[in-house]
Amino acid sequence: MNLEVFKQISDTNRWGLLLPEIYLVGLALILLVFEMLFRRQDLLLIVRVAIWGQVLLLGLMVLQYLEGFPTGSVTAFSGLLTQTPATEVMRLFFVAGSILVSFLATTYLRRQNLPRTEFFAITMLITVAMMVLVQSSQFVLFFVALETVTIGFYVLVAYCRQSPFSLEAGLKFLILGALSSAILLFGIVFLYGVAGNPALPGHVADSMNFADLASFIAANPTNPLVLIGTCLVLAGVAFKVGAVPFQIWIPDVYQGAPTPVTAFLAVSSKAAGVFVLLTLVRGPFASLHSFLVPLLSTVAVLTILFGNLTALPQRNVKRLMGLSGIAHAGYLLVGVVASMTVDWAVYAVVFYLITYLLASFGVFGVMIQMAGDDDSDQEVDHYEDLGQRHPFLAGVLTVGLGSLAGIPPLGGFIGKLLIFIAAFQAGLYGLLAASIIGVVISIYYYFGWIREAVFRVWRSPEGSPAQEGASTFTVSTVEIVTLGGLSALTIGIGIFPSLVDCLMRL
Amino acid sequence: MVFDSTLLLLAILIPLLGGFTLLGFRNLSSSVVRLVALTGFTVPLLIAVWLYFMFVGADQVDGYRFLTELDTGLSFFGINLTLGLNGVSLPLFFLAGIVGLAAGIHALHSEAANRQLYLSLLLIMQAGLMGTFASIDIFFFYFFHELALIPTFVMIGIWGGFGRRSAAIEMTIYLTLGAMLSLLGLILLYNASGVDSFNLIAIREYLLSQPLSDTLQNNIFGLLLFGFGILVSLFPFHSWAPRGYAAAPTAAAMLHAGVLKKFGLYGLIQIAYPLLPQGAGHWGPLLVWLALGNVVLIGLITMAQRDLKQMVGYSSVMHMGYCFLGLVTFDAIGVGGAVILMFGHGLSVALLLMLSTAVFHRTQTYDMKEMGGLASRTPILAGMFVAATFASIGLPGFANFWGEFAIFVALWHYNPWVMAIAATGIVISAIYGLRAVAWVFFGKPSEALEEHWRENKPFELRQGERLAATLLFSGLFVIGFFPRIFSDYVDMDLKPYFSSEPPALVQSVDPVEIQSEVLVADVATVESTVSGEGAR
Repeated sequence: MNLEVFKQISDTNRWGLLLPEIYLVGLALILLVFEMLFRRQDLLLIVRVAIWGQVLLLGLMVLQYLEGFPTGSVTAFSGLLTQTPATEVMRLFFVAGSILVSFLATTYLRRQNLPRTEFFAITMLITVAMMVLVQSSQFVLFFVALETVTIGFYVLVAYCRQSPFSLEAGLKFLILGALSSAILLFGIVFLYGVAGNPALPGHVADSMNFADLASFIAANPTNPLVLIGTCLVLAGVAFKVGAVPFQIWIPDVYQGAPTPVTAFLAVSSKAAGVFVLLTLVRGPFASLHSFLVPLLSTVAVLTILFGNLTALPQRNVKRLMGLSGIAHAGYLLVGVVASMTVDWAVYAVVFYLITYLLASFGVFGVMIQMAGDDDSDQEVDHYEDLGQRHPFLAGVLTVGLGSLAGIPPLGGFIGKLLIFIAAFQAGLYGLLAASIIGVVISIYYYFGWIREAVFRVWRSPEGSPAQEGASTFTVSTVEIVTLGGLSALTIGIGIFPSLVDCLMRL
Repeated sequence: MVFDSTLLLLAILIPLLGGFTLLGFRNLSSSVVRLVALTGFTVPLLIAVWLYFMFVGADQVDGYRFLTELDTGLSFFGINLTLGLNGVSLPLFFLAGIVGLAAGIHALHSEAANRQLYLSLLLIMQAGLMGTFASIDIFFFYFFHELALIPTFVMIGIWGGFGRRSAAIEMTIYLTLGAMLSLLGLILLYNASGVDSFNLIAIREYLLSQPLSDTLQNNIFGLLLFGFGILVSLFPFHSWAPRGYAAAPTAAAMLHAGVLKKFGLYGLIQIAYPLLPQGAGHWGPLLVWLALGNVVLIGLITMAQRDLKQMVGYSSVMHMGYCFLGLVTFDAIGVGGAVILMFGHGLSVALLLMLSTAVFHRTQTYDMKEMGGLASRTPILAGMFVAATFASIGLPGFANFWGEFAIFVALWHYNPWVMAIAATGIVISAIYGLRAVAWVFFGKPSEALEEHWRENKPFELRQGERLAATLLFSGLFVIGFFPRIFSDYVDMDLKPYFSSEPPALVQSVDPVEIQSEVLVADVATVESTVSGEGAR
């Protein structure tokens, strides 16, 4: 290796492409410094810096895209990173998710009296890792980014140290997460080994690279080692997404984790997993089409049915969101399967993710407000009479749940519609049937929740006006603006899907 | 013409804006609320009346007039908000206007708690209804239906009567299932047609020139039939309807039973039957049995009801059976009869629902055997109820008569035996209708009721109720005496798609070349006349 090679490699190190990530890491570090420098009563400053710093980043990114949205794909760092229009949208998505998680966390951390700075810093670092993850086009970077995400979540899930539920959730997540990482790594090693084997046709020099791997797999689509490796890699990712049969951890972890972390897991982590799946099945594994479509279809059907059926009898809303989130992962998998034959299905999946983000954070925002001292104890029954006690929150909840259930004219409906159209064009009729059954089942539990919140409850006139002190809470203006904005966007996207028009250029 | 086309959009937007105004701004003074609500309910009807008179002279594209198109950002998938009316949608657009105004007046005079929210939900529902029947784009056709459906669920939940919580959930699950199945059918149709457009005109043109294969037609038609069928309470999937209507607040029940439910039949007439004639033939025999189940079995169940509202709900399920029978005949007369019956039934069922609530306010019970003797105390209510019952049974002089009559004529040509069985339905509905009148208004009241009346004297119909009832009656009478107001237009737009002769036969008789020559000649004459007129 001579100097010329190093020079070529260093020429591709275009750090400018990673400015948002660098900014976020810097912000996280600055927060930690502030924590040391200032006294305790200045903590409000840290909250402000954390949130407004991220909002500024989002604004700058949006401004940059308004000037000219990238149309082609860019490869940098000698093949480690590939930026496409879709990954640009996902970066925006993760920053938005991070802002909303931090926003939810301020209310939560104040109420639970937990340290804040670390929470914000870890959230930002996880977000950076996710942003890198969706752009990675090489297995080493891919694995490192994925592990950064997972390790960050180990801390966040167990963040509420005095709650046994949170600790239990942390332990479960740690053990199963480590197992899934091992499986993933095992799969990567299989693929690496077999693709570098000079005895096989089409062997490649850099077998970690997605593009090289794709050409190798195209040459050996039936090699058993390739198939085993592919299955193991997909299993590792399926764990992050929460697809059957790797969904066992979800209900307990979602219930035990602090609510903002639950939201983070449910939205951003899942979105990252789904997008990575998209990259994998359309990139390196594209030529295994005939093997993957039946496999992933089976997984999708099972995921949809499992998620919906187990959510059906749930009364704890955090578990409900977790289990119904499994069902959403199933619908997204339908889009992933469809994307192997229909190119624009990527658009459908990303659109679905965006509507899912808006609706879920609306619902989680209401949950944070409703939560009592014990964060893991949030039952559907606590929402009784919310319509009378706080009409605004009831409205936000209704819009969010309606969108998750896929009711027009809300955004979630358009998301489901696009995925269904894509599935039709790909000819996946079995998956469509399962999705329809799933949607109809989901009406029961989503509307059951809305019913609890909005419909008036019959009480005998003489009886006490039950639970007088149930919680009389005030909602600050910032919270009203944020939650109202999320609902308005959900409705707006449902009526004018062109609001996310930049996606059309994918 | 631009003006008339914009009117269609306004008929949707004005109620929608009114609804959102009432939803968004609390603490409006009651006169402002009244004004906004009345504008929202009246304007669509006025627009419907105006468009009716402009209908003959308007430019048309494939039978559709007043075309408007708007891009909402889904044009990538061939989805554009395209509005327009043809002969079939005109009566239903009109129906939505009348029933909407009647329900609005009733709601304005009702004593519902939190009336502002109640009115705003009704207005949103009204906007959805106007949009459904004015949409040419099948995506928006579906979209507006759902827009009208959600307020129904919420209204049942908040203002509903006994058993509302379970009724609301049951209705929502049933209707979502139906809507999802029909959505699948519509997407499949879009996908199979390959025109890359949800525009009904484009899909029609394409499919008429190259029809789909038989299996595909059968499958899509099956999805649409059962999807739309569930929404119209086709026989084995009907159980949501009586319970839902019994639990729903009156204005919502009027709009749903009167107008929204016709969505399914409308979809079958406009989309499924013309585009998928083979599929229609394939499912026809099964549909006959299901529709007869609606007429005879549900008819007998209706006879067994003692609860007034349940009876009205079941009777509306029963009458839907006639509409399905009209469709089965695949004949312009039968289908046209179904359209007229949809119009008449929409008015009469709304009237019956409203009047039975009025009866409830005077008796505090829905149990018909507990009632009696109301006629001597409230003669106007009694007179109107009797007339509404006659309309619902299908006596001459009301719109329903012409619908049922045309359906029976077409059924006779289709299969006399089916007609004979269906005709028993008339007897059944006469029995339960007249018996209900006898129970409620004549004879002696029960002792409990006498007791109740001693303290609260039964009062006559209030002004709002009278106004709403008069509005609905006038629709029934006008069409009852002059059915041609709508039937000519309906016929005109149904003729090209529904003929008693199988389409395959016609094609085999005419050699293609001669046909095309004739076509060319036709086009030439048409063009010359058009240019001649233009010159003049």
